[in-house]
Amino acid sequence: MNKLTLWFHKLGSPEYFYRFSGKLIPWLALACTVVLGWGLYRGLFVAPPDYQQGDSYRIIFIHVPSAWMSLFIYVAMCVSGVVGIVWRIKVAEIVAMASAPIGAAFTAITLVTGALWGRPMWGSYWVWDARLTSELVLLFIYIGVIGLYQAIEDRRSAARAASILALVGLVNIPIIHFSVEWWATLHQGSTVNLMGENAIHPSMLWPLLAMALATKLFYAFNVLQRARVMLLDQESNKRWAQRAIGLDMPGSAA
Amino acid sequence: MSLPRAVLALLLRDLRLALRRRSEMLTPVLFLLMVATLFPLGLGPDRDLLVSIAPGVIWVISLLACMLSLSLMFYADLEDGTLDQLIISRWPLPVLALAKVGAHWLVSGLPVVLVAPVVAVAYGLSSETIGVMALSLLLGTPILSSIGAIGVSLSVGLRRGGMFLSLLVLPLYVPVIIFATAAVTASLEGFSPAASLYLLAAMLVLAVTTAPFAIAAGLRISVS
Amino acid sequence: MMKPLGQPASIATPSGPRKTLLQVHSLFFQRNQLTILENVQLTLDAGEVVLIRGENGSGKSTLIRLLTGLVPAQEPFEVSLDGERFDPGDPRCQVQFQYLGHNLGLKDNLTCAENLKFYADFLGRRADVTVQGALNACGLDGYQYSEAGRLSAGQRKRLALARLLLCPARIWFLDEPYSNLDAEGITLVDRLLQRHISEDGRALMTSHGTFVPQVSNHRELEIDGWTP
Repeated sequence: MNKLTLWFHKLGSPEYFYRFSGKLIPWLALACTVVLGWGLYRGLFVAPPDYQQGDSYRIIFIHVPSAWMSLFIYVAMCVSGVVGIVWRIKVAEIVAMASAPIGAAFTAITLVTGALWGRPMWGSYWVWDARLTSELVLLFIYIGVIGLYQAIEDRRSAARAASILALVGLVNIPIIHFSVEWWATLHQGSTVNLMGENAIHPSMLWPLLAMALATKLFYAFNVLQRARVMLLDQESNKRWAQRAIGLDMPGSAA
Repeated sequence: MSLPRAVLALLLRDLRLALRRRSEMLTPVLFLLMVATLFPLGLGPDRDLLVSIAPGVIWVISLLACMLSLSLMFYADLEDGTLDQLIISRWPLPVLALAKVGAHWLVSGLPVVLVAPVVAVAYGLSSETIGVMALSLLLGTPILSSIGAIGVSLSVGLRRGGMFLSLLVLPLYVPVIIFATAAVTASLEGFSPAASLYLLAAMLVLAVTTAPFAIAAGLRISVS
Repeated sequence: MMKPLGQPASIATPSGPRKTLLQVHSLFFQRNQLTILENVQLTLDAGEVVLIRGENGSGKSTLIRLLTGLVPAQEPFEVSLDGERFDPGDPRCQVQFQYLGHNLGLKDNLTCAENLKFYADFLGRRADVTVQGALNACGLDGYQYSEAGRLSAGQRKRLALARLLLCPARIWFLDEPYSNLDAEGITLVDRLLQRHISEDGRALMTSHGTFVPQVSNHRELEIDGWTP
């Protein structure tokens, strides 16, 4: 086994994952704060107003990275879920399930910011635009995954069932997206290309990329933090977990 | 012993059980007829309006009718232990799952396909459009059954599984309703419905070939 | 958590060298973070009935369901069958065993004969037993056209036992076969077991009661409940 596979094996051990992620989280959080601060400042205050949309376009610095994250996290959840299902690795199951609420939150943010932007752009908060509708369906799928995970009592069965549902959703998402695009063109929907056809000006591009990076860092430290808590909860009768929270009772199950 | 014989035994058993409980079998059809009656009552009997909403309305009601009967698909088998016997039998579970889906479609999907054209007549659709509607239902309802069965397999062990089911499967039904109604609408407006129907057929192939594996995985989790 | 009574289970087998049919090693199971089964070892020899005793919730049913593959193993454990690996998910192993659980696998809306006919078609039927013969042997003659839903709990159990008689298997996994049965039904279980082991079959069964299977060759294992 080479070093990388060995490291992945180690990462599958709850105790190692807990210690490793504990060291990583502060740095990720710090990096996220710096990049997020810079991106928001450049995007909301420094970048010039759009010649058509004025200042209202600035919501793209939230909206677009969130939309990217809604799909990115979904794929990450599925990858982690597959690892959990195939190799029965508890840490992977937990990371998958820890991802779902974060992904759902980004999807919700995408929808809300889209609606807020739609008001000045289209004159109404909601239009049946292909992308917004796809995002809405994605949110429903996220809610299904989270709901299924919460509904099943045994945590491991719950994670496996929810991962399977997520995978079924993954196969469906491109089909859903394609079908909704198809549907929008059929009904001559008011599809507005949010990013515009033309090359985006660097003064807007850099803050946008910074926000894209910041949201990924945000996801990374959040998912690790959530996974650590879930792991502690599910392994609460293991000695390592009790040691980790300073509760080393003699005679407890190893 | 052979797999075809075992699958046939399972299929015939499910059909026989359905015949013994005819009221369950009739529920989706009655649901379709009754809800389809409510729309003209709510919107008024304007012929043009009814024609224009017919593709969407009939399809949405059919979809809900199929979904309502879904929750019964594995419930009894889980409760009485038959599911245990299916899983530990030597036969591949995805094939058995497909047989269950097939039986369910014959019992609850096919009657809807047969009755929907009657509703379409009442909504004033032309015979040609009704033909497209029937074809779209024939292609679409088995997709609903197969995708729905995945949701059932995952939620069958839950209390309130029935309520929950709609949350799991409705988002996955989006493409079916889009392509199916697009086909009917195209026919209504004098265009060729072929493109949508082909896409629907492609989805049917995809659903029937891949869903059984997800159903099997879901059932294994539900019994454990 | 599981202690064989007296000596280790594999040594307690009477009579000379016999081929070991089923051998289980270091089985472990957790549910909701509680360790239910730990380091379970057991063997099941040719022509032998092994009875697992234990209180409610001690993990007897889970043990059986783990061996049938209905409950997936959380940590790999070894089961061997005649020296070869026994994988309950493998069709070649699945034809070897039959499982009778708390839920009997019967359809209320089908008649007794239809219920058995289904399993005969689905699982296979022994050449020397007919559906009617199995019903008669289990004291259900005259009930072949009755719906299973109209039978009493004991009669339903008999119908499920008739399935064991009808479908071929070398190993029986029986979860509480004596429950719901009257005295006559209990002797029926014993008769079926005796017949099964006399054909070199084997049975692993559970019981929380005090029944002792009246068969020529049986052993008992005690399983401790998990105590917090």
